[in-house]
Amino acid sequence: MRAAYLLKRFGLLLAVLWTAATLNFFLPRLTPRNPIRERIVQLATSGGYLEQGIEEMVKAYEAKFGLDQPLWKQYLRYLGDMVRLDLGYSLTAFPKTVMELIGEVVGWSIGIAAVTLLLSFLIGSVLGALIAWPKSPKFLQYLVAPLMTISSVPAYIFGLVLIYFLAFRAKIFPMMGGFTLGTVPDGSFAYYMDVLKHALLPALSVILVSLGGWALGMRGMMVTVEGEDYMILAEAKGLKSNRLFSRYAVRNALLPQITGLGLALGYLVTGQILVESLFGFPGIGSLLNRSVFVYDYNAILGVTFMIILSVGVMTLILDLIYPLLDPRIRTGEGK
Amino acid sequence: MRFFRYLRRNKRLAAGIVILTFLLLFATVGRLIAPPERAYPLAVPGNKPPSLEYPFGTDSQGRDLLATIVMGTYLTVRIGFLAGVIGLAVGTFLGFTAAYYGGPLDTIIRWVVDVLLTVPGLLVLVVIAAIVGRTLNPTSLSLILALLAWMGPTRTVRSQVLSLRERAFVRVAKLSGENNLEIIFRELFPNLLPYLGASLVGSVTGAIFASLGLEQLGLGAMREPTLGMTIYWVQYYGAFVRGLWWWILEPVAVIVLIFMGLFFLSAGLDEFANPRVRRVV
Repeated sequence: MRAAYLLKRFGLLLAVLWTAATLNFFLPRLTPRNPIRERIVQLATSGGYLEQGIEEMVKAYEAKFGLDQPLWKQYLRYLGDMVRLDLGYSLTAFPKTVMELIGEVVGWSIGIAAVTLLLSFLIGSVLGALIAWPKSPKFLQYLVAPLMTISSVPAYIFGLVLIYFLAFRAKIFPMMGGFTLGTVPDGSFAYYMDVLKHALLPALSVILVSLGGWALGMRGMMVTVEGEDYMILAEAKGLKSNRLFSRYAVRNALLPQITGLGLALGYLVTGQILVESLFGFPGIGSLLNRSVFVYDYNAILGVTFMIILSVGVMTLILDLIYPLLDPRIRTGEGK
Repeated sequence: MRFFRYLRRNKRLAAGIVILTFLLLFATVGRLIAPPERAYPLAVPGNKPPSLEYPFGTDSQGRDLLATIVMGTYLTVRIGFLAGVIGLAVGTFLGFTAAYYGGPLDTIIRWVVDVLLTVPGLLVLVVIAAIVGRTLNPTSLSLILALLAWMGPTRTVRSQVLSLRERAFVRVAKLSGENNLEIIFRELFPNLLPYLGASLVGSVTGAIFASLGLEQLGLGAMREPTLGMTIYWVQYYGAFVRGLWWWILEPVAVIVLIFMGLFFLSAGLDEFANPRVRRVV
């Protein structure tokens, strides 16, 4: 049973990646534009050459890149490239491959994404648990409405609000970038403080926007758990309220939140990309933004493919971890 | 009258309707005060703070921001609405087909929906929009958005139809000799309406979100004064560094209002469709 589930889940990931790669291959070929011809004509006109010979040159280059071969052969070769994660060269930063471009920025993105995801998940869950706990202070109840309202707004729009009040008006935080221009990334304490200062505002906009969802999910689960028989028993045994809260209620209510983590991943990544491009934070989102700006086609396709791949893999890992954490839903058992 | 009395109980639905009606009025009445031609570059002197002549100020490209925001509200809501309606129509059709006929068709539709829902939609839209390129206009943008607006409705409609068709009244209709079409339109559809409403709001919200995202990345209708493009130009011209605060705050405020309106509307519709559900806000 477990094997069947694993296989199915893995198949889903493969289907996603195959769809993404296929779209990336065929969509550009649906347009009548020929990038090679365009580039050569561009070079030729700037060099003052006449038009003769250009057709032969286009043919020669197409043969060199294998573009004269039948479509299915090109397609198979492309799928092979994708399997080896060979995303090809960047069109605008030529000697660099798309993978190298991604490698330069991916650390920034993973760093900020991990921190925001962890913090919003933890703070949101604790907040939700406290809101649902009958013995917590009343004022927490009033947090629900504003949190939910904020979470209905896209993170980067909320980021604009934060920039306006905290960076532009109050001048507490820098407006954009990943570090002050001109600093040397020497790994000193001052450098890291500078990076932290720049990362705070983008991180804050993602965290505040996703807080509401986690808090609400947790509150719902807590209410359910509080009605369980074992809670009544534990209370009747005279266990301390703290122990009831942390060991009995929160631990059980937290599990379904992790399923939520898998579902929210795609949404979070999207939000992060836009927030990065808003703040000019030097991560994947800004790379994508820049690639669109200079129309670096290969980079656009490569970056989107890599993000889809990593979201897919992350979701798969979460899905596989979940049954280990929660024995109640060992997949397929008891059917 | 009964509707208004119901609104008094369902405060969230009321809040959603009030906010969205206000925005609609703003977009329609605003046109009379601020002619749409002023929403395009070089129509008025640039960089003017709000004044009597230009109540919303003007931007660096020489647009009257009142006209720009009025047009932007109209265009952005229209982009989202068009994509949402197409998504809902396709989703309803597929959801019905999958649930009512079942079998391999159901399996295929469910798989496609599952696959597409795991992919961060905005990225797929980025690839498509990048290929369509600089020729995007609001209508083609909403058609592109519609490509990924149908999975949510498909899922909702499918699960609702699955549960509805087992209910007693559908069996009675079947036994009394109604054919498939009659059952679908006379029995299932009316019961599905509140869910369809909530689905539509969800698709519209998703489509507006995606359109703003594409425009933020520079993949929008560059010539049109949509709200997302206005925000794009705000960054392009460095409005923050230059202290043009009105240019930033106005589109942001309207976008926040749109999302809040849609959020309250969908929360209200949820309560209407399923009164037993516990209130969340």
